[in-house]
Amino acid sequence: MQPANLLLLTLVLAVVAYGLGYARSRSLAMPLGGIRHLKSLPFYYGARAALWSGIPALIVLGCWAAFQGKVIQLIIIGGLPPELIPETEGQASLLLSKISNVASGALPAGFVDAPIAEAAERLKALRGQSRMLMSALVVSVSVLAGFLGWLRIRPRLNARSQVESILKWLFFACAALAILTTVGIIFSVAFETFRFFGKVPFTEFIFGSQWSPQTALRADQVAAQGAFGMIPLFTGTLLISAIAMVVAVPVGLLSAIYLSEYANRKVRGVVKPLLEMLAGIPTVVYGFFAALTVAPFISDLAASIGIEASSQSALAAGAVMGIMIIPFVSSLSDDVINAVPQTLRDGSLALGATQSETMKKVIFPAALPGIMGGILLAVSRAIGETMIVVMAAGLAANLTANPLETVTTVTVQIVTLLTGDQEFDSAKTLAAFALGAMLFLSTLLLNVIALKIVRKYREQYD
Amino acid sequence: MNSMNQSIANEVPSEDESPVPVAESQPTDTVIEEGKTVGKPFSDNAKFSLRDVEVFYGQSRAIKKISLDIARNQVMAFIGPSGCGKSTFLRCLNRMNDSIDICKVKGSLQLDGQDIYDSKRDVVELRARVGMVFQKPNPFPKSIYDNVAYGPRIHGLANRKADLDEIVESSLRKAGLWEEVKDRLEATATGMSGGQQQRLCIARAIAVNPEVVLMDEPCSALDPIATAKVEELIAELSESYTIVIVTHSMQQAARVSHRTAYFHLGHLVEVNETNKVFTSPEHELTESYITGRFG
Repeated sequence: MQPANLLLLTLVLAVVAYGLGYARSRSLAMPLGGIRHLKSLPFYYGARAALWSGIPALIVLGCWAAFQGKVIQLIIIGGLPPELIPETEGQASLLLSKISNVASGALPAGFVDAPIAEAAERLKALRGQSRMLMSALVVSVSVLAGFLGWLRIRPRLNARSQVESILKWLFFACAALAILTTVGIIFSVAFETFRFFGKVPFTEFIFGSQWSPQTALRADQVAAQGAFGMIPLFTGTLLISAIAMVVAVPVGLLSAIYLSEYANRKVRGVVKPLLEMLAGIPTVVYGFFAALTVAPFISDLAASIGIEASSQSALAAGAVMGIMIIPFVSSLSDDVINAVPQTLRDGSLALGATQSETMKKVIFPAALPGIMGGILLAVSRAIGETMIVVMAAGLAANLTANPLETVTTVTVQIVTLLTGDQEFDSAKTLAAFALGAMLFLSTLLLNVIALKIVRKYREQYD
Repeated sequence: MNSMNQSIANEVPSEDESPVPVAESQPTDTVIEEGKTVGKPFSDNAKFSLRDVEVFYGQSRAIKKISLDIARNQVMAFIGPSGCGKSTFLRCLNRMNDSIDICKVKGSLQLDGQDIYDSKRDVVELRARVGMVFQKPNPFPKSIYDNVAYGPRIHGLANRKADLDEIVESSLRKAGLWEEVKDRLEATATGMSGGQQQRLCIARAIAVNPEVVLMDEPCSALDPIATAKVEELIAELSESYTIVIVTHSMQQAARVSHRTAYFHLGHLVEVNETNKVFTSPEHELTESYITGRFG
């Protein structure tokens, strides 16, 4: 049986165990005079039986699925004639893939040596056996453990606390999964980053002001020596993010103030969802808008007042990105402003302050840390944005602070470095990981700062 | 704006001091005639002169044709069971109900002969003359000094820093808080005790030099010692200010007020000298309430 089907079967068995456990606890309770004489509710007895039936079976299934491949490989290699036994890891993996290709029929058995064909037959047989054994084991573990769990149901049994503690671990496992994934991402990026720094010096990467990641593909090829200085990319990222924030922060903040303090309920009910709809537009659509409408408009406008502007500019990308981020800023600020207690508003108004004075002197300072947190989250978003920049700001790594020139950002370069056919040992490809690591570090830093500020804000008026 | 829920919630005190809970036990045979108030609702020396006041929350009528005078430099207490409209009525006096969209006020409300709800009326000026202290202490999350200086600053009452310092000091002194906080004026106000916070709010209100101070259950969130201090303060303030206080504690009304108004389900049932209300109430609803037969 396939592992997926087996998983389904295990779940079905667990559900059956639940039903049986539930029924048994009820039937035990009836002679005692009702379920109130049980230590826990029938639900908990059922859940306990289901967990007994499901968890050991899933553990067995998981272990088997994880280790069967390795074990079968060892058996196959052990069974080969001595002259075929591979010496290095690489040879072993080549040989094994050959065998498994033969076994799957991708490679006709006639094309290979007899021992290989034999090994392929054995592989097929072993796989079949393994699957059978696994199915039998999992089902019997499930049934047996479920039966044991069912048998041990007693009215005095405190099923509730057992179920609760298992559930606690289940929740912990889910939380741990997210953390482990993050750790995994960090390690995979860090590993490639270190390989990159083996090829390109760390200082050249950090302080270099030239970015042209072209390297020779072959040793005899005449090509430019690649330059891997990240400064133009981070400058481009900062420039575009800054333009985006210049657009998004005032507009977002002021619209949040309007929505939370001035708009009546009807207006708010219409405007807020409309504003939040901006966040739902795919970034590629913003990209069209930036590249086809805003960028030409800006360059025409600049030309009409006698300034030279490139047809793709940081300003176009930044402005459109700012529009994209408005709902982030406005929505978060709106929540924060609404969270300021009404009593503070009343207190200020009762002293004869106008609505705008109240906003400026009481509400805004009280909400400021939360607003800052929201803005920093929006900055992280701007730094990570790729699509708009690809389409509207171009690919040229200019080191410039002029918003009318074409620039590129870290994320855009990562995309261009990694798309297409790549070899994973050239500095060009590995540079993407180094850039990714730097980007990760900077957004992480921003997020930590944002969280710190938000936490501080919680203590403000409680 | 979510101010509505909050303001209505103000009507329902968090700690009801009356022993018997609400409406069911109210005598049903008593019919209150609309707009009719026994006792002496009017005064020759009126600061506020209120006639046929009605307040609507949407369709429902929270205040039903109330006529009342509030005398100058006196303490007037509003008492009555929860939800009877005393806080709503109080909030009409400085138009704090304005921020509630569905709230409509009808009738004639005059402060020193000028209509409060006149469309040309400047609310800022009105509220500078009629200050307010709320049920829960609500200091701004600023320093003690900035809290008191807030009103004088927005009204431009001080030209120099020294003037402002003086206003802050005298307000804190009047609120009986100066000795406790003079060494930590820059400390944040939210770190003070509840009683200190409430006295700070009173100092903040009188720093604007108002003519009237409205107090909406100012002691309901305070312990007895802090309550005693605030009551002492009210007695002192009544020499120079007109004070209207909503309270759920009849002892408090008896201790601090000169006149008492008894509200019932949006009606003003009885108004009289405080000692008269508590010793020989004229209306049987008043009597039932003050003797604790319902709350």
